[in-house]
Amino acid sequence: MSEGDIQKLTMPKWGLTMTEGRVVQWLVPEGAQIEVGDEVVDIETEKIASSAEAPVSGVLRRQVAKVGDLVPVAGLLGVIADESVPDESIDSFANAFLATFEPEEVETRGPTPQRTEVGGRSLRYLSRGSGGEPAILLHGFGGDLNNWLFNHDALAANRSVYAVDLPGHGESSKDVGDGTIRFLTEVVNDLMPTIGLSKAHFVGHSLGGAVALNLALTHPERVASMTLIASVGLGPEINVSFVDGFVNARRRTEIRPHLAQLFADSSLITRQLVEDVLKFKRLDGVQEALQTIAERLIVDGRQEMILKDRLNEISAPVMVIWGDQDRIVPVAHAEGIADSVRVEIIRGAGHMVQMEAASEVNRLINSFLG
Amino acid sequence: MARTITFQQAINEALDQEMARDATVIIMGEDIAGGAGTEGESDAWGGVLGVTKGLYPKYGDRVMDTPITESAFVGAAIGAATCGLRPVVELMFNDFLGVCFDQIFNQAAKFRYMFGGKAETPVVVRTMFGAGIRAAAQHSQSLYSIFTHIPGLKCVVPSTPYDAKGLLIQSIRENDPIIFFEHKQLYQLEGEVPEESYAVPLGEANIVREGGDVTIVTLGRMVHVANDAAVSLAGDGIECEIVDLRTTSPLDEETILESVENTGRVVVVDEATPRCNMATDISALIAQNAFGALKAPIKMVTAPHAPVPFSDVLEDLYMPSADKIAATVREVSEYRP
Repeated sequence: MSEGDIQKLTMPKWGLTMTEGRVVQWLVPEGAQIEVGDEVVDIETEKIASSAEAPVSGVLRRQVAKVGDLVPVAGLLGVIADESVPDESIDSFANAFLATFEPEEVETRGPTPQRTEVGGRSLRYLSRGSGGEPAILLHGFGGDLNNWLFNHDALAANRSVYAVDLPGHGESSKDVGDGTIRFLTEVVNDLMPTIGLSKAHFVGHSLGGAVALNLALTHPERVASMTLIASVGLGPEINVSFVDGFVNARRRTEIRPHLAQLFADSSLITRQLVEDVLKFKRLDGVQEALQTIAERLIVDGRQEMILKDRLNEISAPVMVIWGDQDRIVPVAHAEGIADSVRVEIIRGAGHMVQMEAASEVNRLINSFLG
Repeated sequence: MARTITFQQAINEALDQEMARDATVIIMGEDIAGGAGTEGESDAWGGVLGVTKGLYPKYGDRVMDTPITESAFVGAAIGAATCGLRPVVELMFNDFLGVCFDQIFNQAAKFRYMFGGKAETPVVVRTMFGAGIRAAAQHSQSLYSIFTHIPGLKCVVPSTPYDAKGLLIQSIRENDPIIFFEHKQLYQLEGEVPEESYAVPLGEANIVREGGDVTIVTLGRMVHVANDAAVSLAGDGIECEIVDLRTTSPLDEETILESVENTGRVVVVDEATPRCNMATDISALIAQNAFGALKAPIKMVTAPHAPVPFSDVLEDLYMPSADKIAATVREVSEYRP
């Protein structure tokens, strides 16, 4: 940033429905130097807690929002500037922002998902950013495009990034065909031309990783690179009781212990997060869709499709990211992978590593994509 | 995502989606098509408040206007249910349910039991309840406790547009008679409702607000009044947990008791008159099963034991208000033995 330049640190928007967040804790004192992507302040919403990251490098000159404050999306959290900028300029910058800020406008400008039709199925996707080489984010079993709420904007700084609801998930059609990874792969392959893409970088989490991996093997021309996060398809083990429990649980008290296994820190499971999962599971057709996928995914207690030994057939660059506390798909699957593959293990994170260690995952992917 | 519709539209959408999905679903009631005796669809109002508007042009004969004889058409709906249809019958005000008590509690509620489990009666009786619209004593009561008392009936009292749609869809799919209570003051309430069809299970209460100091157990419109009280109390450092019953039969005892075990202090809020209502029933449940957890006497906020007054001033005083609830919560939270 140039000298004399003053930048704002604002309340991020995580997911489609967030309108405000509460300041829990400042992680950086006033006067400290911060770099792009550093976690600066802990924020919690009614759904989830995470950290706001520095949008630029500089000195955190002012913590405008205090601990406990409820700040609307895009509202001012702090001010970043070079240390040479006088205090008066910082204060007048902050005051001018606060005097003119209109939170309602932000809400209506929020991202809106779009729909596309693939083989008679309506699929929902959310597009962020523009230009660059496009990327596609594929969520895991039982997830949806909101699983990328801490990643989507950060990855879309220099490129267009599409987060997709796979069939049977989110607000896409609940018809999952025969429920195999092969079927989901073909849907993703057919989806790409409908949104004007012939080739993309893929970031796949869990089941979405297996879909990306299979796509790279069956349609290599589609895949510019691949980031596999806690991916299915790299070994036989998988937490069968989690999958069964997630599919069959109907009540809040039944599903909560299963959801807790997704995170290393199960305090991240809020009432609202549980409610959102239940709202998804109550939709007509979801139970059958998940059941169908689960039956094809796991046969005799083991993953049905293991592609680890075929990674060397893929010429596109591949990165594997795993949380070392993963209780769904073991981190051991990241061992013994082809030398050409970059492997990153994140300490202290569970299966939802892209949520629990969002800034680290974002930094890894952005540096990997270049 | 994040589509917002009213409680009334949510009810309409539930009926529409179930009628589209299942040809045995029919609806009937006074003026639910509207414009009876005319050819036109333009004067098909869809009930006194327009809740069923648009269904008659779409489903024709499956939307039946009935004469003003509740005993006859509720009886007909129950009979049709035993013969393979899934009728949703609208009984305009719950205050009129009295004229069809035999049909509801001595016939529909008993068929499964009397016929050795071989008979099913998948009927939903939709009805408006609640005070606050200056409709006086005969159109303003909250009578869910009477039907909760009868084994063989299920009673549903939704508080939000999301729950209204999901609980009505589930009610239509149930194979037992359901009385579905809609608070007339909630019809214009807006909320996020998925466009897709979904079912909210009966017998699972909702925790609409988490807090560790005092549990407020409530239902229907009172969920929102209690929430207003909870917001003001939070400003004074008292954190309330609000349990929205959603259904009074089946009753989610587990969620109520779990919350009381955490807080040890409880206020039950019920818009109904106080003798033998949900508040007394839940107070007894808590006293019997969570006595050891209680740090203060259980308190109830209800209407007084009197008919709903017609006078505006008196009607406002009659209903539980956020101020009354907040004052009672304070009393309970400050109580020391």
